[in-house]
Amino acid sequence: MITVENLTKSFQGVNALNGVTLDVEAGTVLGVVGPSGAGKSTLARCVALLERPDSGAIRVDGTDITSLDGSALRAARRQIGVVPQGDSLLRQRTAAGNIALPLESAGVPGPQRRTRVGELLDLVGLTDKATAYPDQLSGGQRQRIAVARALAANPSVLLADEPTSALDPETTGSVLTVLDRARAELGVTVLVVTHDMGVVRKICDDVAVLEQGRVVEHGKVLDLVNNPVSRTSSALLPAVDLNPINENSYDRVADVVLVGFAAVGALLPEAAHRFGVELNIVGGGLTRLGETPVARFRLGLNGERSDSALEWIGEAGGAVQRSLKGPQGVAA
Amino acid sequence: MRSATPWSDVVAYLVEATGETLYMVGVSTVIATLLGVPVGVWLQLTAKGGLRPNAAVHRVLSFVTDLGRSMPFIVLLVALTSVTRLIVGGSIGSTAVIVPLAVGAIPFVGRLVQNILSEVHVTVVEAAITTGASTLKIVRSVLIRESMPALINAIGVTVIALIGYSAMAGVIGGGGLGDLAIREGYQRFNDRILWSTVAWLAVLTTVIQLGFTRAARASDRRRHASV
Ligand SMILES: Nc1ncnc2c1ncn2[C@@H]1O[C@H](COP(=O)(O)OP(=O)(O)OP(=O)(O)O)[C@@H](O)[C@H]1O
Ligand SMILES: [Mg+2]
Repeated sequence: MITVENLTKSFQGVNALNGVTLDVEAGTVLGVVGPSGAGKSTLARCVALLERPDSGAIRVDGTDITSLDGSALRAARRQIGVVPQGDSLLRQRTAAGNIALPLESAGVPGPQRRTRVGELLDLVGLTDKATAYPDQLSGGQRQRIAVARALAANPSVLLADEPTSALDPETTGSVLTVLDRARAELGVTVLVVTHDMGVVRKICDDVAVLEQGRVVEHGKVLDLVNNPVSRTSSALLPAVDLNPINENSYDRVADVVLVGFAAVGALLPEAAHRFGVELNIVGGGLTRLGETPVARFRLGLNGERSDSALEWIGEAGGAVQRSLKGPQGVAA
Repeated sequence: MRSATPWSDVVAYLVEATGETLYMVGVSTVIATLLGVPVGVWLQLTAKGGLRPNAAVHRVLSFVTDLGRSMPFIVLLVALTSVTRLIVGGSIGSTAVIVPLAVGAIPFVGRLVQNILSEVHVTVVEAAITTGASTLKIVRSVLIRESMPALINAIGVTVIALIGYSAMAGVIGGGGLGDLAIREGYQRFNDRILWSTVAWLAVLTTVIQLGFTRAARASDRRRHASV
């Protein structure tokens, strides 16, 4: 759906983007994360057609959009709904009037415009705020109106730069829910720039880690968490605290990542049962990636067949990240 | 010692002069707005960070604007005599004053408008750009509409400034309140006319200022902010 190829952009000698290559599959949500100054916003602004890259291509449905001009440029912009960073609503227009702006730009006639605005207010759950002005809305409500505006002209791509950065956790949830509905109900492809791993945890299918203008990691969130050396897994999974006193009483200590209901629910008891070992969770915890429960546990095992039990867990779909005690190389 | 002008005559003087002032200032404000707003828009469009940045055009436009603003009105009044004659068919009277008043006010309005438009936040403008809006659409629906309260206030400021400038209209027989105060009041030692005119001018400008402030506030949706 969106393909970014070898994108470069520099500002007065500062290389903000150093050959960024990415792709976002249709109907999925990609989270772009990375430290401050990594080039996330620059990438987002290039895709939003607010900034022209120095070289490289951005394809939406196969068409390169980086070199368009005039009315072709404006038409391409309508294909890409943008939720800008920060307050971006017209303060002299009602919520409904703000949502109508892209429809006016597209020349949609009045009656159809009103119908569409009604649908979008419904989508973001703010039907009762249609006639409210931005100053009468909370930060989260304003952001949901901004999402509705971005979606008004039926874009195929939705782009959001730090859509939750100024919001408290609860409000963040309501904005993320709206982004998720956009993908689920409208089938748009979403690219969200964020520094909040919570956003990735809740709505992203894929993640790209940007550092110094380069993509250093890119893939499906659920694949990356299984990879012990990925930055994504250490950032997304529950921390396992070091607890030497606890660990001293076990023959084997290892970290394991479990993905999905079946694995989280049944794998460990079954391993203990099969191999007749004592298997305890001594650290870590459970989280959720989208709808999927994911656990990272530190396990303590006692018994002769502890290594076999760990091996079996690895074969049954758990990722045994490291064996902290006992022979190394047990990892699957 | 001659007796003071009867109050009924003072009122008659004031009524006539007020009519002349409002005519001169009103027409020139309309013209200055119609021409000055586009100048301001153009200045802002071509400015650095504007929608159509163009350093060369912007510099020339800025230079002409600032030159126009720094020109003393009295100089404009006499310097434009031949232009005025060409446009209105004569070079004296209230109508003739409108030309230099309007010409003097265009750069004034232009600069005010540019300053106001530049206050619209860049994120708001960029959000509109991403909707695929044309430049004209952004100027109308974003830059101008978002700035409406401030623009209305700016027109009010222009009216007050033009009332001040129009006091010099007497030089080319334009009449008006300023002329009344100077010629009938000050030069003829007629204190009653002088001070009545001064008082009336104070009332008039206050009322006008108040009217514009009200209109600006009425156009401002931000005032609805609750809690
Ligand atoms: N308009 C600009 N002019 C000059 N330098 C810029 C400009 N925009 C970005 N840069 C530089 O490019 C680099 C990348 O900036 P960018 O805003 O894309 O980072 P970011 O990843 O979004 O960071 P943050 O998380 O702080 O928002 C930075 O070094 C920044 O200073
Ligand atoms: Mg940024």
